[in-house]
Amino acid sequence: MAERTYLGADELILNMGPQHPSTHGVLRVVLKLDGERILRADCVIGYLHRGIEKIAEYRTYQMFAPYVDRMDYVAAVSNGLGYCLAVEKLLGIEAPPRAQVVRVIMTELNRIASHLLWLGTHALDIGAVTPLFYVMREREEILNIFEAYCGARLTTHAFRIGGLQYDVYEGMEQQVKRFCKMFRPKIDEYEELLTENRIWKDRTIGVGVLTAEDCKAYGVTGPLLRAAGVKWDIRKAQPYSGYDRYEFEIPTRPNGDTYDRYLVRIQEMRQSVRIIEQAIEDIPEGPIMAKVGKVIKPPPGEVYVSIEAPKGELGYYIVSDGSTQPYRVRVRPPSFVNLQALDKMARGGLVADIVAIIGSIDIVLGEVDR
Amino acid sequence: MLTILKKIFFVDLIRGLLVTFRYQHPKNIYTEQYPAERPKIAERYRGAPRLNINPETGETLCIACNLCALACPEQLIVVTSERNEVTKRKELTKFTYDLSRCMFCGLCEDACPVDALELTQDFELASYTREGAIWDRQMLEEGPKPIWYRY
Repeated sequence: MAERTYLGADELILNMGPQHPSTHGVLRVVLKLDGERILRADCVIGYLHRGIEKIAEYRTYQMFAPYVDRMDYVAAVSNGLGYCLAVEKLLGIEAPPRAQVVRVIMTELNRIASHLLWLGTHALDIGAVTPLFYVMREREEILNIFEAYCGARLTTHAFRIGGLQYDVYEGMEQQVKRFCKMFRPKIDEYEELLTENRIWKDRTIGVGVLTAEDCKAYGVTGPLLRAAGVKWDIRKAQPYSGYDRYEFEIPTRPNGDTYDRYLVRIQEMRQSVRIIEQAIEDIPEGPIMAKVGKVIKPPPGEVYVSIEAPKGELGYYIVSDGSTQPYRVRVRPPSFVNLQALDKMARGGLVADIVAIIGSIDIVLGEVDR
Repeated sequence: MLTILKKIFFVDLIRGLLVTFRYQHPKNIYTEQYPAERPKIAERYRGAPRLNINPETGETLCIACNLCALACPEQLIVVTSERNEVTKRKELTKFTYDLSRCMFCGLCEDACPVDALELTQDFELASYTREGAIWDRQMLEEGPKPIWYRY
């Protein structure tokens, strides 16, 4: 606990949220304050609880797929990929090569879209308004690709169990290549705006430090873990969907503060562009759907599949009792697990820092509450 | 020394500002003037549902097989049919689609064996009443008729 300094004044309980613009949704944080210092930060969640895991028990496997998009709605494609991979593992099938490559392209585009939205809102929280407009402009291009590919922009429902419903549309290759070419200099632009900016540095360096040991203790994954210097990425550690075919690096930083998380995410966007450029070069010909019956009836058993979503490890644990509906679906959402480290990061900091810390975790409340 | 000079002359801030000023030209405006300027909708866009009719005869393509209603996760489609005594075939009588609960996942159009039910590019679906969001067969065949404001 932080040492009391402020003239021995009384502690103050301050409610932040649930309707606070920089809690990124409906998160409520109960802050215990000593003057400007935070002694304790308790999260109150559940304002966006829709019972998605329960809904799964009353839907068939195909029917549940659109619901997973509503968890992390900023990265709906990643959610869909994780769910499809889990059910495919349960069925003992694998998507055809063409489907896998298209899946990689869409997921990486979604990673960029998610990081862009994070960058815009995080910078807006800290006080830099300009990046928001720029990132929205680039994100629009990605959403246009999504719209042309699968017909929806946000809650995409892009993949189906066993492969894809939609084949590559005409002109997709050119559009994705054009985007990659356009996007690289834009990342430099964001860096020009923020990386060296003294206000940005003052607000982020040394704020919300989470060491590698703390990360492991809390089960924190994703960019937070990599910013603390741990080279852990499920795309490398347990390659899925053919990620082992592509060359990319895992960006890490040593300090584990808010500034490092920003740099890690910027680097991740560059790496995603690299993966997309490799993948779009050769999309193999062939079928897009594995042999899956109209009625999906997996054998009894249980399976856990995790993927590297933009926010960290996203896992699906599915128990099947042999019927057409899952017996139980448990989701391991990255935002929920990462959020529990908020108290550790915020203690001893200033009230103004908590906004930066919440922003740096990159939570989506739809995923925290489910 | 160089870092101190950079700090004194606000190099970091000026570099950021240069980016901002680079985008001052009106040709960089990205905003769409929505009602006046209509967005380009992708061909595969999943918007308002439509029940296709044969353009020559005006008869519905729907064979009342009920597959869309079974595929729908929200169970918002209700299909009623009647057996024609002369041809011994099922004929569609009523088709209701509750748009207020629809999440436009596209599973119904995937399930349709005759391409009768389709999600179209219409996206202006607002209505003044909740009942207005429940579409009957006639509405599904004709499609929504939003008012297009001219400027």
